[in-house]
Amino acid sequence: MAAPVSFDSDSAAFFSGVKSAWTSAFFLVLAGTYIGIGALAHSFGVGAWWFALSTVLVWAAPAQVILISALGGGAPLLEVALAVTLSAIRLFPMVVALLPLLRGEGTRLRDLLLPTHFTSVSMWVESLRLLPAVPRERRIAYCNGLSVGYMSTAAGFGFVGYHLAAELPPLLAGALLFLTPMSFLMSTARNARLMVDRLALVIGLVLGTVLAAKQVQFDLMWTGFGGGTFVYIVHRLREAAA
Amino acid sequence: MSAAWNELWPYFVLIMVGYLPNEIWRVLGLVLARGLDEDSEVVVWSRAVATAILAGVIAKLILFSTGALDTIPLWVRVAAAVCGFLAFLAGKRSVFVGVAAGEIALLIGGFLFAS
Repeated sequence: MAAPVSFDSDSAAFFSGVKSAWTSAFFLVLAGTYIGIGALAHSFGVGAWWFALSTVLVWAAPAQVILISALGGGAPLLEVALAVTLSAIRLFPMVVALLPLLRGEGTRLRDLLLPTHFTSVSMWVESLRLLPAVPRERRIAYCNGLSVGYMSTAAGFGFVGYHLAAELPPLLAGALLFLTPMSFLMSTARNARLMVDRLALVIGLVLGTVLAAKQVQFDLMWTGFGGGTFVYIVHRLREAAA
Repeated sequence: MSAAWNELWPYFVLIMVGYLPNEIWRVLGLVLARGLDEDSEVVVWSRAVATAILAGVIAKLILFSTGALDTIPLWVRVAAAVCGFLAFLAGKRSVFVGVAAGEIALLIGGFLFAS
């Protein structure tokens, strides 16, 4: 638990939030992740500014990777939208858990719009850890500063990855492109503590490979919706049998 | 008109199939703001679906690579991913150890066997 702090103004709280973002462990994680996604954006032929805008608007690494690889691979727009939305459901309980920490006397709905948009794994984990030590009336400003710190890191290193992929020799550029699948594989495996999550990871790898190899239409949607639902049914049957 | 539309089309696509389908879940969280238990059945199902989709994307990025990664042979990419995952398991499930080992294996394999 961080020690209690006090701020003279909202802007002092905001800049303290920015500073804690730039000095936290997530700074390096985000930098590496977005260097990889930037390289990916370059190889799928999307524009550098389009990619930067997607970081600001979408602000979720898995959704951005799905968006870039599916659009770049020529998937139907409806499938892209479905795959993005299925990957984003996890944001719902995160917002629900975060808002009670931010709400205070006289908090208006519009004050919560920015923190709602900023909600993503890095910001969420750090907010839940740091906000309890911040006076309630400064929490929204602090949280916005934290998020702006993370978002600027991601957007900045996204440009770095995008341009490195263009300049580097093929082997090193290939290694940059390898960053995204590797870091997603490890972090998904680490977050998969329950049997049902591990099984979903394995089924997704297998089904994703098979459906893509057979060039099935809507392969990602079937992998997620079909594979995930299959795993969920297996999980229920196992619980019923236990 | 048509030239302007061609310029704007990618940004329109970004809003329609990227921003909106993603943002809707955040806005629902703000509007409904009612607690959802981490272990509720809907959450377990949606996590399984999201995990499977992400796994499918991971598999496609490794196996059906584009650009510079495609110049490294398929078996090298798969072997490097396996090396990385084994290092991840051996290294107390550290993401950093896993990614670093996978990258080193890819660079060595790519250096020796690049097509």
